[in-house]
Parts: sequence; structure tokens; C-alpha cells
Amino acid sequence: MPPPDQAPHRPQSLSDLFLTFNLMSLQGFGGVLAIVQRELVERKRWLTREQFVETLSVSQVLPGPNVVNMALMIGDRHFGLRGAFVALAGMLLVPLVIVLALAALYAEFASQPRVSGALRGMGAVAAGLVIATGLKLLPTLKANVLGLPLGLGLAALMFVAMAVLRWPLVWVLPGLGLLGVAIAWRRL
Amino acid sequence: MSPALTSAELWALFGQFFLLSFLAVGGAIATTPEMHRYLVTEHGWLTDAQFTASVAIAQAAPGPNVLFVAVMGWNVAGPLGALATMCGSLIPSTALSLWATRWGHRRRETRGVRAFTSGMAPLTIGLLLATGWVLAGPAVGHAGALLLVATTVIVMTRTRISPMWMVAAGASAGALGLA
Repeated sequence: MPPPDQAPHRPQSLSDLFLTFNLMSLQGFGGVLAIVQRELVERKRWLTREQFVETLSVSQVLPGPNVVNMALMIGDRHFGLRGAFVALAGMLLVPLVIVLALAALYAEFASQPRVSGALRGMGAVAAGLVIATGLKLLPTLKANVLGLPLGLGLAALMFVAMAVLRWPLVWVLPGLGLLGVAIAWRRL
Repeated sequence: MSPALTSAELWALFGQFFLLSFLAVGGAIATTPEMHRYLVTEHGWLTDAQFTASVAIAQAAPGPNVLFVAVMGWNVAGPLGALATMCGSLIPSTALSLWATRWGHRRRETRGVRAFTSGMAPLTIGLLLATGWVLAGPAVGHAGALLLVATTVIVMTRTRISPMWMVAAGASAGALGLA
């Protein structure tokens, strides 16, 4: 396995960190993960694709919202504890105000068919964004010590367990996780 | 709509979300059944409709989905309720994330950490695809919505267009009754 290569760029300052996470969060309708991948990997290049998958993997096994955990980790990596909390604030503050304002107005919104239609359309796009993010990360498995066929096989098992069989994540993740980690351990 | 909660009840609300957050592997949304039992069935602080609406509002708004936790707290007890549920949900995961990222980063060249990141990577990607699939569930049976899902996947994998344009297109198509 190649060493984790260094990302070409990094946040310039705490305010750069705050604004970047704030803008990503505000673009995230139905989930922010797809936006984070687009912005931090493809545009700002603060993370390589491999680093993104790594950070997300760690967030995934920890309790708590994945994007929030990722924000903390990325902020901490660049500016220590201050960076972690600045990234967290960037991700949560403004959207929190918006969502509470919406909650206050919800009764009027909900009854209008145009509004519920728009929400359905946005939901469909949000699903497409997440699927596209997964597809774009599949090529990172080529550099994985497991090798591409085994990597794709494990990804497929995970997909079937969660999307088709709808098994609970608290069982599937440790189960398949132990399998994947054990195989990787033997091959390293 | 919001019954006044005593400070003991607010602390109980905080404590419940604090405990639940340890179970929230894969996101807070995984613990919604337990939140429903606590807020609706056990305490009657929210009606069924308020509970469902709290989740729907947060999903329609920009930002991380975890904000639905704040909406629930708000609907139970206003600003203090939102503070109780958000702090309860975020303090444990924040502390654990910071600890884990530092621990792992110091040891990133060790065999154990490398085995972990390599072994977990395919599962992380598989889980993303599964999440997208589950989110696309409501689109099944609606040709317009399915077309939106497919178009988004193609545009996002083939071009560098900002996702915002796709969200705007989805909202417009839906408002016109096409989704």
C-alpha cells in the first residue's frame, strides 16, 4: 500500500476553515457528505480521495454524525483544538438558525403541494448525490492492500446487507469490519 | 405547543440524548426509534406528527441531518430544549472523535491502524452506496423522481457542476409537479 500521500492544499486560516465548512453545510440539502467530497477533495484539495475515505471510515465507526465528526477531525489536523471547534461551528451555527426558523414556519409550509413537491424533488437529488459520491470513491480500492476484487466484494456485501436485507448497522459494521480488517492485517 | 419543562426535566432530556448518542453509530438518525419511544410514548412531550415533522424539516433544510435533534428539542421546550438535545448529542461524539483522530494519526504507520483503514475502506464506500439507495426509495414508482436520481448521478460523476444546481433543478421540477 502506498503511504498516505499529502494533499496539495490546506486551509489558510481559521476564518478560511470556518467559511469553507459554513458554505459546504449551507449547500448540503439532504446531507453534507457529497458536498464535502466535492469541495475538499475535488476543488480545494485539502484531502486526497484516499484521505477522505480514511477519515470517513473512522467517523463511521465512531458514534455521532459522520460529517460532524469529519469536520472535527479535519479542523483538528490543521489547527488543533481551535480548528476542530471552528470547523464544528462553521458546520452547525448558521444551519441551526435556519432549521429552527423553518421549524417555526412549518405549519404554513407543509400544506402547500408545491412545497411538498419541491421537497420530494430535492430528496431525489440528494439520493443521487450520495450514490455519485460512492461511485467516485470506488476507484480508491485499486490502491487498497485488499486488492480490487476483494475490496469490491466487501463493498457489495455491505451494500446488500444494508440496502437489500436492511440489517441493523450495529451488527453489520462490526461483523464485516472485523472480516475486512483481519484480511488486511494478514496481507500487510 | 411547548409545555414548560422543569429544569430537572431539561437535564433528563439532556441525559437521554447524551446516552443515546453513544449508540448513534452511522449517525443520529439510527437512534430515532429510541427517541420516539422516549419523547412521544413515554413522556408525551411531542405528538407523533410533531416528531415526524421534526425529521422532515431538518432533511429539507441545508446542513447536517443531525440538526433534527435540535428541532425536536425546540418543539419540546424552545431554545433551552434545543440546547439540551444538541449538547447531549454532540458532546460524547465530539470528545471521542478528537481522541480517536489524534490516537490514530500518531499511529498511522503501524500495522494495526493501516489494517483498520484498509479493511474499513470498502465498507465505508458500500455503506455510502447503500445510504443513497435507501434515500432513493421514495422515488421508486415515480418516473420523474427516478429520472432526477439518475441524472444527478450522471452529472455528478461526469462533470464538475456544483451540486447546488442539481438541488435547485430538483426543487423546481418537484414544485412543478414533475417529481
